[in-house]
Amino acid sequence: MTATETPSPDTLTSPAGNPLGFGRMLRKEDARFVRGQGHYVDDLVLPGMLHGAILRSSYAHAKIVSIDTSAAEAHPKVKAVITGKTLEGLNLAWMPTLSGDVVAVLATDKVRFQGQEVAFVIAEDEYSARDALELIEVEYEPLPAVVDARHALDPDAPVIRDDLEGRTDNHIYDWEAGDAAACDEVFANAEVVVAEDMIYPRVHPAPMETCGAVAHMDKVTGKLTIWTTTQAPHAHRTIYALVAGLPEQKIQVISPDIGGGFGNKVGIYPGYVLAIVGSIVTGVPVKWVEDRSENLMSTSFARDYHMHGEIAATRDGKILGLRVNVLADHGAFNGVAQPTKFPAGFFHVFTGSYDYPAAHCKVTAVYTNKALGGVAYACSFRITEAVYLVERMVNCLAFELGMDPAELRMKNLLRPEQFPYTSPTGWVYDSGNYPRALEEAMRIAGYDELRAEQAKRREEAAKPGADPSAPLMGIGISFFTEAVGAGPRKHMDILGLGMADGCELRLHPTGKAQLRLSVQTQGQGHETTFAQIVSHVIGIPPEDIEVIHGDTDNTPFGLGTYGSRSTPVSGAAAAVAAQRVKEKAKVIAAAALECSVEDLEWEHGRWYVKGDHAAGKTMAEIAMAAHSSLELPEGVEGHLDASVVYNPPNLTYPFGAYICVVDVDPQTGAVKVRRFIAVDDCGPRINPMIVEGQVHGGLADGVGMALMEVIAFDSDGNNLGGSFMDYLLPTSMECPSWELGETVTPSPHHPIGVKGVGESATVGSPPAVVNAVLDALQIRAADMPFTPAVTWRALQGRPIRPDLAIE
Amino acid sequence: MRVTIEVNGRETSADIEDRLLLVHYLRNTLGMTGTHWGCDTSNCGACTVWLDGLPVKSCTTLAAMADGRSVRSVEGLEGDTLDPVQQGFIEEHGLQCGFCTPGMMMVARALLDRDPDPDEATIREAISGNLCRCTGYENIVRAIRWAARKQAETGRSDREAEEAVL
Ligand code: FES
Ligand code: FES
Repeated sequence: MTATETPSPDTLTSPAGNPLGFGRMLRKEDARFVRGQGHYVDDLVLPGMLHGAILRSSYAHAKIVSIDTSAAEAHPKVKAVITGKTLEGLNLAWMPTLSGDVVAVLATDKVRFQGQEVAFVIAEDEYSARDALELIEVEYEPLPAVVDARHALDPDAPVIRDDLEGRTDNHIYDWEAGDAAACDEVFANAEVVVAEDMIYPRVHPAPMETCGAVAHMDKVTGKLTIWTTTQAPHAHRTIYALVAGLPEQKIQVISPDIGGGFGNKVGIYPGYVLAIVGSIVTGVPVKWVEDRSENLMSTSFARDYHMHGEIAATRDGKILGLRVNVLADHGAFNGVAQPTKFPAGFFHVFTGSYDYPAAHCKVTAVYTNKALGGVAYACSFRITEAVYLVERMVNCLAFELGMDPAELRMKNLLRPEQFPYTSPTGWVYDSGNYPRALEEAMRIAGYDELRAEQAKRREEAAKPGADPSAPLMGIGISFFTEAVGAGPRKHMDILGLGMADGCELRLHPTGKAQLRLSVQTQGQGHETTFAQIVSHVIGIPPEDIEVIHGDTDNTPFGLGTYGSRSTPVSGAAAAVAAQRVKEKAKVIAAAALECSVEDLEWEHGRWYVKGDHAAGKTMAEIAMAAHSSLELPEGVEGHLDASVVYNPPNLTYPFGAYICVVDVDPQTGAVKVRRFIAVDDCGPRINPMIVEGQVHGGLADGVGMALMEVIAFDSDGNNLGGSFMDYLLPTSMECPSWELGETVTPSPHHPIGVKGVGESATVGSPPAVVNAVLDALQIRAADMPFTPAVTWRALQGRPIRPDLAIE
Repeated sequence: MRVTIEVNGRETSADIEDRLLLVHYLRNTLGMTGTHWGCDTSNCGACTVWLDGLPVKSCTTLAAMADGRSVRSVEGLEGDTLDPVQQGFIEEHGLQCGFCTPGMMMVARALLDRDPDPDEATIREAISGNLCRCTGYENIVRAIRWAARKQAETGRSDREAEEAVL
């Protein structure tokens, strides 16, 4: 690795007016999207293509007594009906999850959550396929369901996973991090200890495009091509090879334009496998696209962490320690997508942004009769839960101490001189200036004035004859540290696949370039940003650099886009590839200029002879020379390209300070987000416009989770969030006009100093909104989402559990 | 049944099932996939097109209901140049994954045709039936403001509305 550069936004512009490197640049991908010419999976039509639809379980837990498909098969437009029995014959009824468990592709013995896949119909068109679902008769024998995770380990709880040999309970794992003994000592002697229970409810990423696939098995060549909504095409290819026993060189996974991912499109769903099986069975391409209810009920949910936190401090507000017990509801199968060594993801980064010596967490994971998943929705491998925990606990402490939460945070934030900082649970934070970010957020917010306004309003409200409908004003803060860019191969793999990323950069003779990435965009703008990274290093215009991604036949191997890892890992790979091309160009330029390499000096996009500025070669000239008959030094091959596998030495640690201001209607419980101030530090911004867009989207997620999003269940395990009528996403009306700020602290180990940002706001914003609502209500704790009903009940001193329909 | 529907100024006609939704008529029968589908409950707006000049959710409209009427979809926005709304979405980064974008733009175009100078609150209300999971709406609002300004500067508004006047 070359020494770290700290790039400033590049000032030179290309012929098309784009920055020759970093800076605001309009997106290359937009031209097709604004014309309705994006190519999403469901847009694909292949000759002879058939359509699949999945019959799903109506019960949360039931034995399958029988399945009668004869009427469906008799439907004139139905070509095949596949059940678990069919798959058993192919040894495909079960497949591995990303966490070493297995999951049913189609249920054989019993169904374990409402919405589980039971049968697959393939028909000439989608309407007929769905008609035929109605014709399938399934006889179920309902079983009691495990709905409340707190009762999953009760001795008399029904055993969900009796398919696993020797299974007598619903326990998945216990996992610990930190030093329990040291923690106990700190807590035993602390002046103040505050404990609180909180639920981070089950939510769903719900990208606007649902999941789907078109599979085509070419019988003659034996080649399987699958166009699918995946955030990790290469990992999917390998898994298909392992699951189906297909030769990997004959599998091509194409991830075309993806209508949002947010972690929903990391896993392999039964529908994808069924489309493949369908194509094998029928000999023609098969399309399967789920509807919204299927998406919400069966694909990867997020969170569902029941947390008990305890924070220890001195009476004057110095935090001494934090410990937490988590009950993790994993659903009926353990299907979380995260590095193998970390079954609770990166939750143990829960010590957050503060300086204290003692920390410990214990996570107990259980099976319940709900859909599988857990790591999704821009969570950075559960740092959402971790940040929520610590930021709520800090606020609980402030509440008990009667201290301003900003002051308490300022008192405990890590100081700039402490970086690189090794946390009590072993993370090495690469760089940061936390107080500066919080100060900046407070400056933008006008924090003192806001508190003054709040005091005045409270005073008014306390006066006799005060208006009972006067809104209650609340101010909430959160400070987050993210850990993104998984990750060092030695520590991080998914299903045994190390998390390093390949990248290839090739300059054509005319000096135009192609960059092949293993990651791919679901809206993040890779086609633009990655061109800018290369441009930043070698100075050719970003419009001359074509970014190729999302096709395993045309890109090098890598683990995909999630966990905000594209820029930290593949962005580094692209930068290193460009640096190598630049160095090779230097050798070729020296040959062309008939001088020694040492005599050359670089200016953006051009090598020239020291002391003779006119004698030089641009990258385009060098590219042509590299492909010409020019004699090159011994050992130097022609052409101008580089291929890199980047193995990150550490994660990057973006951070930020968020402040939210809400007004709560005391009579209806309705919460209005008046303002939201977000100061993010993700190092230098490659394209500030795109970074801001990423932050905006994440802030809306935070408002959604804090105020309306939850997948709740009734006592029979019926999913109560199975449509957009029930699972509410924030609209333009609930979102304020975001107020953004930034500080810039480069990563010392990333070749261009940048950190990931895709999930920062989703991770950081929920506690800010929740802290604001609770501040308005002047109560210490209640669980999100703060729908009017939940808020109103909390205001009455009778908070309710948001994740269950019954108390 | 047979329907005849004018789509973006072109007459289309097909024999369809009575129950065929307009979104599927556009996407599957005509192969015009710019209009998207995102939910089962008429909540997301990804499918928004115009029916006789007014935005409708084509997932909740039968193709039969459009018989003899005119439909305008995202593919009908661009004239000799991009519609200011399309340009605005590019200039202000009003889209990320692009899935909600066609529906958003159809609503935005309709808004600007009836109110060429909408303020932020008006814009937010106009797009409140359209969900976006990527942008947090801020840049969509800015994109529509950009289009409004552009139209005011250039005197150009909607191609289709202009043609109707001619
Ligand atoms: S597809 Fe969601 S409203 Fe039409
Ligand atoms: S841009 Fe992705 S849903 Fe709006």
